[in-house]
Amino acid sequence: MSLPSNTDFEVESPDISADTTAKKAPWWRQLQYLAAGIIFGIILIRSEVISWFRIQEMFRLQSFHMYGVIGSAVLIGIIPVAIIKKTGAKTFYGEPITFHPRSFNKGQIFGGLLFGFGWALTGACPGPLFAQIGAGFTVTLATLASSILGTWVYGLLRDKLPH
Amino acid sequence: MFMNILTSPWPWYVAGPLIGLMVPLLLLLGNRSFGISSNLRHICAACLPGKIPFFSYDWKRESWNLFFAGGIVIGGLIAGTLLPNTGPSSIHPQLAAEMAGYGVTYAHAPLPAELFNWPALFTLKGFLLMIAGGFLVGFGTRYAGGCTSGHAIMGLSTLQWPSLVATCCFMAGGFIMANLVLPFILHL
Repeated sequence: MSLPSNTDFEVESPDISADTTAKKAPWWRQLQYLAAGIIFGIILIRSEVISWFRIQEMFRLQSFHMYGVIGSAVLIGIIPVAIIKKTGAKTFYGEPITFHPRSFNKGQIFGGLLFGFGWALTGACPGPLFAQIGAGFTVTLATLASSILGTWVYGLLRDKLPH
Repeated sequence: MFMNILTSPWPWYVAGPLIGLMVPLLLLLGNRSFGISSNLRHICAACLPGKIPFFSYDWKRESWNLFFAGGIVIGGLIAGTLLPNTGPSSIHPQLAAEMAGYGVTYAHAPLPAELFNWPALFTLKGFLLMIAGGFLVGFGTRYAGGCTSGHAIMGLSTLQWPSLVATCCFMAGGFIMANLVLPFILHL
């Protein structure tokens, strides 16, 4: 079985790169994402999601906090997504909102386990890595650099890995 | 009083729904999918594509996410450095006791300074926690096709069952590492 061209749940470009007719959004719209990121960063800090100790509690079943955060985030995410799908709502700028269903592959198991190992070691998934750096933990720059290297090595070995 | 509310740690039922609202916010702002780990791929594509097919795409089309990640750094600066968390915060007594056995104490900081510092990078323990751990985060998230935000929150919000598989495996990996392997590393 050949490897599907896009196994990524987050990156859309490989799917749509052929589409060059899409209008280029004005540069200032990037600032909205900057603002959204600032809000998200503040939430991550205040909720202690970036805490190595909270992650350790989660994986020892010693606290409900992280389960509550992730669980309620999903529940609150499901409702507007369903409304958008049902009503065919468009973006604030009138563009259609599209969803890209992905298919199952073994990467979700093997990669998921490997990420889980890393999550318990570093106490941080990718969002908190960025937030920790902002919060003054400069040594997280080393962790982030290593995670970029890990991504690069995955890209290099991708065709040889079971998917 | 108002400042106290803003700077004390937020309970899960405040933080979780706010994080969930990131999903429709990004969709409505420009049809964007919530997911942080793909930034690591974009950084590779921008800095060191090396003719690797996985990094040969127009990363500039996804640059919104790099702005989002930059925003997280600024948000961390605002809430972590300028107006840091105040108020009560404690960890489970069992965890505190276990950590005391490794010489690690909870000092109300997100990261234990005994383990996460620059000189520690050159010790076996620090190398395993930060460098090996970081490598696994980057390698594993891309292999899985997403991370906690891309799979657990965006993927589950859009009811994609492969994201449920991934999320269960994140948790399984974390349980194995935290309970079976990490104790040996922390004893080093």
